[in-house]
Amino acid sequence: MLPPKPILTDEMVAEIQALFPRYPTRQAVTLPALHVVNDRLRYVPLEAVVELAWLLGLAPADVQDTLSFYGFFKQDAPHGRRRAWVCRSISCALRGGEQVLEHLCHRLDLRPGQTTADGEVTLEYSECLGACEFAPCMLVNEDLHKDLSPETADALVETWRQAT
Amino acid sequence: MPDFEPVLLANIHTPESHTRAAYESAGGYHALKRVLAEMDSAAFVELIKSSGLRGRGGAGFPTGLKWTFLPKGHPGPIYMCINADESEPGTFNNRILMEQDPHQVLEGTILSSYATRSSTAYIYLRYEYPLCLRRMQAAIDECYAAGYLGRNILGSDFSLEIYLHRGAAAYICGEETGLIESLEGKRAWPRIKPPFPAVEGLFHKPTVVNNVETVACVAHIAARGVDWFKSMGTPADPANPRDPGSYGPKLYCVSGHVNRPGCYEAPLGITCRELVDRCGGGVWKGRRAKAAIPGGISMGLLTEAEFETRLDFTGPGKAGCLGLGTAAVVILDETVSMIDFLHNSCRFFQHESCGQCTPCREGTAWALNMLNRIKAGRGRLHDLDLLLEIGDSIGIIPGTTICGLADGAAWPIKNAIRKFRGEFEDYIKRTNPGGWMTTSAVPALAVEAH
Repeated sequence: MLPPKPILTDEMVAEIQALFPRYPTRQAVTLPALHVVNDRLRYVPLEAVVELAWLLGLAPADVQDTLSFYGFFKQDAPHGRRRAWVCRSISCALRGGEQVLEHLCHRLDLRPGQTTADGEVTLEYSECLGACEFAPCMLVNEDLHKDLSPETADALVETWRQAT
Repeated sequence: MPDFEPVLLANIHTPESHTRAAYESAGGYHALKRVLAEMDSAAFVELIKSSGLRGRGGAGFPTGLKWTFLPKGHPGPIYMCINADESEPGTFNNRILMEQDPHQVLEGTILSSYATRSSTAYIYLRYEYPLCLRRMQAAIDECYAAGYLGRNILGSDFSLEIYLHRGAAAYICGEETGLIESLEGKRAWPRIKPPFPAVEGLFHKPTVVNNVETVACVAHIAARGVDWFKSMGTPADPANPRDPGSYGPKLYCVSGHVNRPGCYEAPLGITCRELVDRCGGGVWKGRRAKAAIPGGISMGLLTEAEFETRLDFTGPGKAGCLGLGTAAVVILDETVSMIDFLHNSCRFFQHESCGQCTPCREGTAWALNMLNRIKAGRGRLHDLDLLLEIGDSIGIIPGTTICGLADGAAWPIKNAIRKFRGEFEDYIKRTNPGGWMTTSAVPALAVEAH
């Protein structure tokens, strides 16, 4: 049964249904559908999982099982308007990636996975971002920031602060 | 490599290199037109088989041979999956191909789909590559508009749809059956083989999974021929009947402590030292190298004394590494602590173990626990033997796991401790002279996730 006020908008539902012809099963649409919801809401609450399951002809547990396998989708609260992934894998670590991450934790007063009180920035560590020639690096939404140092990371945070 | 002419990276610096116009003005899609007009799919499989092309994603399995495992006369559908979930630490060559020259990847995908009689190709793209997503989608749209995709491609009876499928930040999705499970909308737990994907893969249908760089090589072999491809690399060792040789160009990613990190194209078999000195511009800050990861972190370590190792499909194995892997070379200079290196490696694999097989889930977690403790000054000398015991007992080589992730977790442990044991012992003796033990977990880092 659908909840009285759906989480998924008509637009999201249409976008998800447009993916159906790409796959021979509805279950294969799970991950793309989760991305559709997450792109809009910045999280996938349990209510959305129930609605997605209904849309895909699955049990909510099927969708939740897949969702929870990936550490990517938040469920309790939306991530920030900016989601910053700081690489901590070997090529970045060799060039100071851990120090950049630690510095940003202090600067933003966050631990990885947390969001600033104003909902602007979520800080995350990530495993190899595949941009090792620019180590240490950080992916913020769609933008890759290269050859970082604590100072350039600070400057970046300052531009975010001024943009809000 | 005096006569070597790069092909995979030949066009990445031309203006608008990611567009169809730029690709075609450099001769792109000629090979596709010729193959569709002149060769049937079986003949094209034979061509790739005779080229000796081996998969570029890590395992180095002969590509043409993989294609022949598909059942003959199958009514379809047959699926092609392109593995663009490049996540091995140190590796970024697929990203460069997809960002800067996506049509090269698509021509290879279309040709490989033609060879395997696939009607649908899914490109499984890792989440962290948003520019690849945009460039690849734009390139796919251009291909549909040009008649290179869709119904009856270029007037032939071959039809193909290509879809991009975006991952969600999980290393295990690069394992081919993990990729298939993830595509089906499930958790990416690798499958027990057999059945192999060629027999029963995606949606229970025959399936081939090929890497991005592999299909790019397919396009170049179609354009330039087998003799060109076999003119490069290390020929098969006649004394080793199991060595099919290492032919063709390869993209080497060089990162870490070098002056010029980057992706370099060279014939298979360039030595680690040549890569560091001639491509990477030498070790940074005038320092000496201490070690190198030969092909992504899961391949283990070469010591500086082993830098003459040829980076072909057999070279790293002769030096005790797991293999060539993704040919991503990460240089560690003389100041790097092997304890820090191994801690970083163990943390990665603990984070990325999918949790399906107990030896991997528990082995990677306990290895990280021990490294945390050693790093924090509570290590004991017999921890090193315990770590080696874990390393020797997890993975498909000892036969305790379904997929090779645990072998990749084990190799850095085994290489680091066996090749640098003195450093580990000195560190433990220095930081914990009393041999103190602690029963509580020790966070080794100032920064931990909540």
